[in-house]
Amino acid sequence: MDPSTSVTSRRAFLSLALAAGAGVTLAACGGTSGPSSTAGTSGGAATTTAAATSGGGAAGGGAAASGGAAPSGGAAGSGGAAAVSGSATYWFLTGQPGQKIREDTVKRWNAANPNAQIHTTEFQNDAYKAKIKTAIGAGQAPTIIWGWGGGGLKSYVQANQVEDLTSWFASNPTVKSRLFPSSFGAATVNGKIYAMPGETVQPIVLFYNKTVFDKVGVKPPKSWGEIMALVPKFNAAGVAPFSLGGQSRWTNMMWLEFLFDRIGGSEVFQAVFDGKKDAWSNPASIEALTQMQKLIKADGFIKGFSSITADSNADQALLFTGKAAMMLHGSWTYGSMATDGGDFVSGGHLGYMNFPPVEGGKGDPSDTVGNPGQYMSISSKASADQKAIAKKFFATQVLSDAEVKEWVDNGGIPIVNGSDKLLTGSKDADWLKFVYTTAANAKVFAQSWDQALSPTAAETLLDNIAKLFQLSISPQQFAANMNKVIGK
Amino acid sequence: MSTSTTAPSVRQAGVARPGARRVGGTGSVAWMALPALAIFIAFGLIPLFGVLALSFTKWDGIGVIHPAGLDSWRAELSDPGLPHALYVTFLIMILSWAFQTPASILIGVFLAGHERYRGVLAVFFFIPVLLSSAAIAVAFKALLDPNFGLGAGLGIPWLSKDWLGDEKLAVGVVIFIVSWQFIPFHSLIYQGAVRQIPKTMYEASAIEGAGRIRQFWSITLPQLKYTIITSSTLMVVGSLTFFDLIYVLTAGGPGDATRVLALDMYITGFQANVMGQASVIAVILVLIGLALALMFRRIGGGRSYDSQLEGA
Repeated sequence: MDPSTSVTSRRAFLSLALAAGAGVTLAACGGTSGPSSTAGTSGGAATTTAAATSGGGAAGGGAAASGGAAPSGGAAGSGGAAAVSGSATYWFLTGQPGQKIREDTVKRWNAANPNAQIHTTEFQNDAYKAKIKTAIGAGQAPTIIWGWGGGGLKSYVQANQVEDLTSWFASNPTVKSRLFPSSFGAATVNGKIYAMPGETVQPIVLFYNKTVFDKVGVKPPKSWGEIMALVPKFNAAGVAPFSLGGQSRWTNMMWLEFLFDRIGGSEVFQAVFDGKKDAWSNPASIEALTQMQKLIKADGFIKGFSSITADSNADQALLFTGKAAMMLHGSWTYGSMATDGGDFVSGGHLGYMNFPPVEGGKGDPSDTVGNPGQYMSISSKASADQKAIAKKFFATQVLSDAEVKEWVDNGGIPIVNGSDKLLTGSKDADWLKFVYTTAANAKVFAQSWDQALSPTAAETLLDNIAKLFQLSISPQQFAANMNKVIGK
Repeated sequence: MSTSTTAPSVRQAGVARPGARRVGGTGSVAWMALPALAIFIAFGLIPLFGVLALSFTKWDGIGVIHPAGLDSWRAELSDPGLPHALYVTFLIMILSWAFQTPASILIGVFLAGHERYRGVLAVFFFIPVLLSSAAIAVAFKALLDPNFGLGAGLGIPWLSKDWLGDEKLAVGVVIFIVSWQFIPFHSLIYQGAVRQIPKTMYEASAIEGAGRIRQFWSITLPQLKYTIITSSTLMVVGSLTFFDLIYVLTAGGPGDATRVLALDMYITGFQANVMGQASVIAVILVLIGLALALMFRRIGGGRSYDSQLEGA
């Protein structure tokens, strides 16, 4: 052994380097490595470069002729008459059936525009939300930014990261007029439109398993009181009353969205959204939070709900395997339950309803919450060519007749006026009509809270909701914690 | 560097230290450290100063960075989430250290034997080290699912507890999985160290009548002193970086029961878009890492890596 002093100092340096390295590696997540590891955890972000089919030789004219179909001649005329070239990028979400429909839409575009390809990258839900923010912040945003509108979009707007589309919509009125007017609310910030609404309207729906209800010998609930009365009956029969993917947190939030609305009306959350001081301390809000904890204390949710993620669809599996009787979830789960649940959907075992009223509540029972559409923005950092591609893509391919048909076939209601006429004859006609009337008849169609609020307030909200469901904070503490981030 | 301070005491001890004279000679090979140094500066020090600078700003990760003085520090230090995250971090650090160290030493000593079956077992023991934390987390999450997991599948009620949904159990599960993952690695370190202990020591003690237990306590453990310090430093400082495993397994939940400092930093920065405060947490992490590394050097006798083999 030769313990010279130089060894000592070198070791000192190494151990310091080790320690500093530990911190720095984490700090370096500040770059881009953090989110990409997220993507890795969830099974990886698959990069699909949509194939350009050989039939693309028909070029521009082919698009309109071949049923790839411009929504209307006028839109195609003004929006995309000019030939576009170059290539653009588009990031969106995985998860069927939307994933395939989004891919197909891009394929149709690429087939029709061989000189202006759109390259896509796909992400899982939770991974995407983190990745897209980082990419935008780092100036690495895709040309077309897929999102939920609302508070997230507002933060991009404030940072001048997305293109103002107001004048484009003004010069392409047919693109706008064919869509549900209600879908533009979450695309609008300070009176200007920053996103192209697309895809489907997705209200949150109370699903139930008819087979389980028959087995236990009970009827679907018509009020909150009936829900509370059903809970012990299902528990006695060894079935969880409600399935819930609580680790995802926004799943828990859907419950509060309805309870707040049914008990206090839509103005309770509106006050939060408008930044009114102490809006969360509204008595109706405290009452809703209290009712929520009552249901949790009564074992209303499946055992282990706080470790179940919605991304894995395990919450849906609990419903269609009969381990849980009911589930409050987005209408988008209908498609995956039909795919994964055997004959659960096709055999008519799935029941659904709008969230029932709460006794003595002020809210309108027709109100609903959810996603009034999906939103596609154009990165302000994109080149002029890329912006042109994106605009022409919006005008000619987004919600083209072919895409609309695909959505309807998969149990979705595209946000296109008159899409209810397409529903008759569909194998899911009853479901589709239910979603259409729920969305169309809603006195208020509120946007999901975490999408409506700023990312900062949304994170505090989700954090506190998780704690509320864990019974580690009281309704009053919840309100106090949330009041601090009002207007942030 | 530290030659002048350490040398006198060494000389007083009257031990000839030929190495001390060669210190000047290391200058000629110092360039060998350049590549490592360049990488360390580029990916270690510069980001570190970047984070330090960001901690004095207000930034949502998307827009313009605004200088904000001490605002982020004030906000973070008064946030009740910080002491909680510190508590969870140290809880997991200490408990996983206390569980891993004895287990690793015992397995390491066992594997140090030269019998063939021990070698075969060593290969199997080492498998968890080869897996990525994310994959491990996904696998354990599926196995521990109370409704579709191992317990429900095999019909064993004891196994179908709400492992990741109960706050105390979730912390225990994290510690267990971390240990499962890293004990093989540390066992390997101990195996190597045990094999370096001169056989003569054991032979001499055997002549004196020492049994295997006595040999373990009086020879093996004291000889492993520096290995224990090295391994503990790796465990403790490494536990500050637990992120991927916990993020996939529990996402910090249930509630915030497993929200360690690293995860708190990520959530604050990339989900809540509060980069200033997230940078404050990052700086705190670096400081804690430095403090712990220095502490372990102190425990290890700091300046003197004296030979433990005198007389051997």
